[in-house]
Amino acid sequence: MEALLLEYLPILIFIGLAAVLGGALIVIPLIVAPSKPDPEKLSAYECGFPAFGDARMKFDVRFYLVAILFIIFDLEVAFLFPWAITLTGLEGGNAVFAFWSMMAFLGVLTVGFIYEWKKGALEWE
Amino acid sequence: MTAFFQSLGMNYEWAWFVATICGILLIALPLMLAVAMIIYAERRFWGAFALRRGPNVVGPFGLLQSFADGLKVFLQETIVPSASNKGLFLIAPIITFTVALMSWAVIPFNSGAVLADINVGLLYVLAVSSLGVYGVVIAGWASNSKYPFFSAMRAAAQMISYEVSIGFILICVVLWAGSFNLNTIVHAQQGHVFGVLNGFVFNPLLFPMWVMFLISAMAETARAPFDLTEAESELVAGYQTEYSSMAFALYWLGEYANVLLMCTLNATLFFGGWLPPLDLPVLYLVPGWIWLFVKILFFFFVFSWVKATVPRYRYDQLMRLGWKIFLPTSLLFVVLVSGYLMFTRYAA
Repeated sequence: MEALLLEYLPILIFIGLAAVLGGALIVIPLIVAPSKPDPEKLSAYECGFPAFGDARMKFDVRFYLVAILFIIFDLEVAFLFPWAITLTGLEGGNAVFAFWSMMAFLGVLTVGFIYEWKKGALEWE
Repeated sequence: MTAFFQSLGMNYEWAWFVATICGILLIALPLMLAVAMIIYAERRFWGAFALRRGPNVVGPFGLLQSFADGLKVFLQETIVPSASNKGLFLIAPIITFTVALMSWAVIPFNSGAVLADINVGLLYVLAVSSLGVYGVVIAGWASNSKYPFFSAMRAAAQMISYEVSIGFILICVVLWAGSFNLNTIVHAQQGHVFGVLNGFVFNPLLFPMWVMFLISAMAETARAPFDLTEAESELVAGYQTEYSSMAFALYWLGEYANVLLMCTLNATLFFGGWLPPLDLPVLYLVPGWIWLFVKILFFFFVFSWVKATVPRYRYDQLMRLGWKIFLPTSLLFVVLVSGYLMFTRYAA
């Protein structure tokens, strides 16, 4: 367990170092670069017009729908990963069972996929 | 490297720590340098494609152009819009930058030359690359401006759509290699076809997967022809509209580090990584990292070539390609690849 976690320690140090580097690159210009803010400069960019309305507006529900579909399929991918590395290492009957049970799972998912396609969840006119 | 520092009289823990820091710097600093140089190279490519000269003033052949640009943005004022969420606005580019660097920890540059040789390397790359969307979405939301907001919505939907098919494509590779470890995946490609061609790409069942991976990689990194998140005719500069100074430059660094990562994954997963293209003893005289770099540069050239020649997709076309073509096809190939492996192993 200890050795397994130690393998990840370089990654943690890497993340820390990268975040410090990124932070430094943000903070240093804030200090050394000139700063002369005025209301026009700090207003939201809208092609030269004063901004009208709020930018936090309603957005198309399809973006939300895509995100939900993504969760389903990404979970499926997550199920497939452990299956993918163990499949080739299994013996005889176990391998056949593992293969067909995953095919059954993919079959159910394909039915769901066809359903959402027919329902028009994937349409962007 | 740990042994070297131990020979200098340090105890094991310190030697390991110093060696790790050196390893990180050996990845991160050349990466930053490489990003600066490929931005220059890409501008030269586009210049050549459009029969222009491209940057050629700063330094010999314009080689120092990116460094001049970097110094310029470094000394520019950081504008934080008054309507924005200021904390998030400044954190978002740091997230993009950090996430873009993180994946490189598990990339093997030569046999065993990898910072963290974890056994779930590919899964880690997939997980980290999906974190990349946060930097973009937070930037779009925190800017509190319309163009960045639209761009962030598009970016989120686009990145997650193509991640699904990338996941299925990776499963095909993992099925064949039998491991998540990138070093093992590279070794599995040695003499893969006819015992002499190194690389999964020469396998007829995996070649279509490579084509889809290349296209998905362009969509995942929001490169042309899928650069709808920063389509300048529609969204000005997309989620970067309100950014200036180094915060803007961090997006560039992160974006190009991601493009390089996708080129590296193309090379590592399908073209044999640090292996030479043919399994001939004489080709192994060239160090592995040179083969890897040649492959990365080749794919980077393909990326700029596509950007210079292919017109931009419409958003509905992009989503159709991802969900209605790539997703079913990659799912089918998971079945085909696993079926083939089962058949060849247990049919007799």
